[in-house]
Amino acid sequence: MSKTVVPLHQVSIRFAGDSGDGMQLTGDRFTMDTAILGNDISTLPNFPAEIRAPQGTLLGVSSFQLHFADHHIQTPGDAPDVLVAMNPAALKANIKDLAKGATIIVDADEFVPRNLTKVGYETNPLEDGALDGYKVHPIALTSLTVATLSELNLSRKDAERSKNMFALGLLTWMYSRPTETTEKFLTGKFAKKPDLLEANLLAFKAGWNFGETTEEFSVSYQIAPAKMPAGKYRNISGNTALSYGLIAAAKQSGLKLFLGSYPITPASDILHELSKHKRFGVITFQAEDEIAAVGSALGAAYGGAIGVTSTSGPGLALKAEMIGLGVMLELPLIVIDVQRGGPSTGLPTKTEQADLLQAMYGRNGESPVVVIAPATPKDCFNMAIEAVRIATTYRVPVFILSDGYIANGSEPWRIPDETELPDLHVEFAHTEENFMPYSRDPKTLARPWAIPGTKGIEHRIGGVEKADQTGAISYDPTNHDFMVRTRAAKVAGVQVPDLTVDDVTGDAKVLLLGWGSTFGPIAAAVEALRENGQKVAQAHLKYINPFPKNLGDVLAKYDRVIVPEMNLGQLALLLRSEFLKDITGYNKVRGLPFSTTEIIEATMAVLSD
Amino acid sequence: MTDVTLTKRDFTSDQEVRWCPGCGDYSILSTVQSFLPTLGLPRENIVFISGIGCSSRFPYYLETFGIHSIHGRAPAIASGLAISRPDLTIFVITGDGDALSIGGNHLIHALRRNVNLKILLFNNRIYGLTKGQYSPTSESGKVTKSTPIGSLDTPFNPISLALGAEATFVARSIDTDRKHLTEMLQAAAAHKGSALIEIYQNCPIFNDDAFLAVKDGDTKGATLLQLIHGSPIKSETHGVIMESGSMKVVELSTVSERDLVVHNANNPDPSYAFALSRLSSSELDHVPVGIFRDVARAEYSSLVNQQIADVIAKDGAGNLASLLASGDTWVVN
Ligand SMILES: Cc1ncc(C[n+]2csc(CCOP(=O)(O)OP(=O)(O)O)c2C)c(N)n1
Ligand code: SF4
Ligand SMILES: [Mg+2]
Repeated sequence: MSKTVVPLHQVSIRFAGDSGDGMQLTGDRFTMDTAILGNDISTLPNFPAEIRAPQGTLLGVSSFQLHFADHHIQTPGDAPDVLVAMNPAALKANIKDLAKGATIIVDADEFVPRNLTKVGYETNPLEDGALDGYKVHPIALTSLTVATLSELNLSRKDAERSKNMFALGLLTWMYSRPTETTEKFLTGKFAKKPDLLEANLLAFKAGWNFGETTEEFSVSYQIAPAKMPAGKYRNISGNTALSYGLIAAAKQSGLKLFLGSYPITPASDILHELSKHKRFGVITFQAEDEIAAVGSALGAAYGGAIGVTSTSGPGLALKAEMIGLGVMLELPLIVIDVQRGGPSTGLPTKTEQADLLQAMYGRNGESPVVVIAPATPKDCFNMAIEAVRIATTYRVPVFILSDGYIANGSEPWRIPDETELPDLHVEFAHTEENFMPYSRDPKTLARPWAIPGTKGIEHRIGGVEKADQTGAISYDPTNHDFMVRTRAAKVAGVQVPDLTVDDVTGDAKVLLLGWGSTFGPIAAAVEALRENGQKVAQAHLKYINPFPKNLGDVLAKYDRVIVPEMNLGQLALLLRSEFLKDITGYNKVRGLPFSTTEIIEATMAVLSD
Repeated sequence: MTDVTLTKRDFTSDQEVRWCPGCGDYSILSTVQSFLPTLGLPRENIVFISGIGCSSRFPYYLETFGIHSIHGRAPAIASGLAISRPDLTIFVITGDGDALSIGGNHLIHALRRNVNLKILLFNNRIYGLTKGQYSPTSESGKVTKSTPIGSLDTPFNPISLALGAEATFVARSIDTDRKHLTEMLQAAAAHKGSALIEIYQNCPIFNDDAFLAVKDGDTKGATLLQLIHGSPIKSETHGVIMESGSMKVVELSTVSERDLVVHNANNPDPSYAFALSRLSSSELDHVPVGIFRDVARAEYSSLVNQQIADVIAKDGAGNLASLLASGDTWVVN
């Protein structure tokens, strides 16, 4: 019997299981198989903080959400249409997020009294009517997988571990995804472990065949490719895009790339990624702490490299004094902060935008730095290049504020041609008589980048206030005032693109203004609001210090400006103080990206005010 | 080799030196300025990086490249520079507070990695710049502004600490002994990897005569145990022997020369140098000076750069276009 194939425009699927169940891998694979079909994609991995929390507990649930469509999409989707739950904990932790009437596929084998009581189910939700209104498919994923692999010489435990591949195979069938990419991936991954390779491949195929043959599923679905600009594409996460952007910038500038870093979630993947690319001459240095990490980056910058340090909030707090030295030495330095929930250790694996003021002001003295923020995973590539452009042109520390959401989330990226990348060539200081280390380029106010090894320009710099031009120690009051203002003027004068406003009718009264990773949910909300006949404008700040020159004019045009932020109003504070404009904050700090719905509701409340 | 013949004057900057009169830093500066031309290196290839403290003003007075950085962090900054610019000769100037208190972590890790840094630790057993608080090398019971009835801390022995941190070159010298200090500087410069020289430095303002025992004509002959590679370890009156597995200082009159330990700075066993370092108590009754340990181990920057060169030799230089297009891709027409 051949089954019906139903076309759909979009689907959001969440894979959830124990952190040992391989849900991230399953999600990643499904994403790749989907990307290759040309659907637009947005993903949201969600990890527990504990590497292996006790098995089967709510604390240990790890999930991966994937939204894919035949049109352009901005977010992983508010409410998944499909939940794959590998155990009762995964069901319990995720059920409240699902869309009405969602499809739920569970591993029925796991719904035994012991597991149910562990998460506080008194009766079995598969039987007690708790899931009425959902399309529930209890499938014995574990025993089907074990049965499939019975011929192999595997322990039951090893066999069970392939159940995620069974689930992946089933979903691959359900959504008419290709099987070749996953097969190829598994072949590569288990090249040295033939029995595990066979087990995974068999489980994957068995899952697919199960979908095809079982009466449990009468239809499968198809989602046509989305219209996207022509080009070669790949899927990319924010952390990978940042790493690639830095490598590209090193090439475009002809400079050595040096990363000094200390591991911290969710920034470690930048250290991991760059460590893989020694072929590009990239130096990665895992320092003894965050202070040494940024210190080594500053030392490398002094020597003429692109000095980069990557961290998250707690690490940034430790780097403050060294970044202040970078401000004083006026050397290029790139500080990547992949923000997570705070304060203190906070929510290490969850997202937040609450380090903005720390980046802006978290140092002693008047210590201005440039702050930029990528909007989406793929935008991290461009913003890394921008950070290098600004840092090397103006000889100043530049912050890149990413966050856990875009760092780990991914989307399709049209791979740029090398000819599309900017020229980042820089000039070091040359040998000259009477070299002045604190003389300035009149246009940029940058001082010379005067690296050791250059004859005749030996000079001493340091954190003590320096005399204009000569750079000698100076405690002169007028000089200090002058230098403080000059450093501020230099940062204020950094050239950044004007803010573009998306205001289709041109007469919207309400502006939704975001920064950083809130772009996706805001854009999705604006789209939906417009479909409902509402007039709203949208603008997104990627340059926060300095602000785009036209920002004041943009703000003045609108009666109401709504700023959604995953903090208690940090950008709003900056905007109010800079422009004396009243801002309506929309603030949530739940460790999760905004949902489209909540932004629509917040905007509706203002529109109907 | 360079054809430059530079003099002490070439290494003296135009900055007015601002230490207190009689400060031990003056004699160290003068010795270093005289020593630098003997390296035969062009000035632009030499970098001095310091932290914060009286001693850390040092780079300003030298006509080389230099950074007066922040408190305790010089080894971190210098490590980044050394790794990315292995062509440079880098000195770190630090104090007992700078190196052993706030910067202790960076010091031990630079030593364990064996980064090519020549670290000159000016030990005056006090916080000079902040006007006289006790430091991690001040003796227990020390009365200072912050310890009016005596310090309760046990001090570090910087040599023992460095050895515990896997240092490959560790030496001790004295600010006023120009000849000895020059020899130590030369040996440190010749060493491939991290070299730490503890320099006893007098602070006449806040801790005057802290090292009287090793300077006073009446006592120094007896106090200073000379560490000379290949020679018996002894002072004018005392010598070092092994007794039931440990080192011991005894009067020369009680033993024969043959019983003395003959110094081997290249001894691969760090417990040998460690035992020597323990001969100097915090009261300075016996103080070994010279090179405690000088052993060969791969230098960090060359390892880092070799690893990169090896990968490039094996896999070829990176190609940006193929990196960006790595993994699964698809084409939209
Ligand atoms: C972060 C920080 N904390 C404290 C200080 C104040 N401070 C400056 S130097 C110093 C101690 C210096 O002692 P030492 O390293 O022994 O140098 P000395 O002045 O004795 O040469 C302190 C505590 C500082 N500059 N920075
Ligand atoms: S306070 Fe002491 S260490 Fe500092 S300059 Fe004066 S004498 Fe030298
Ligand atoms: Mg001191």
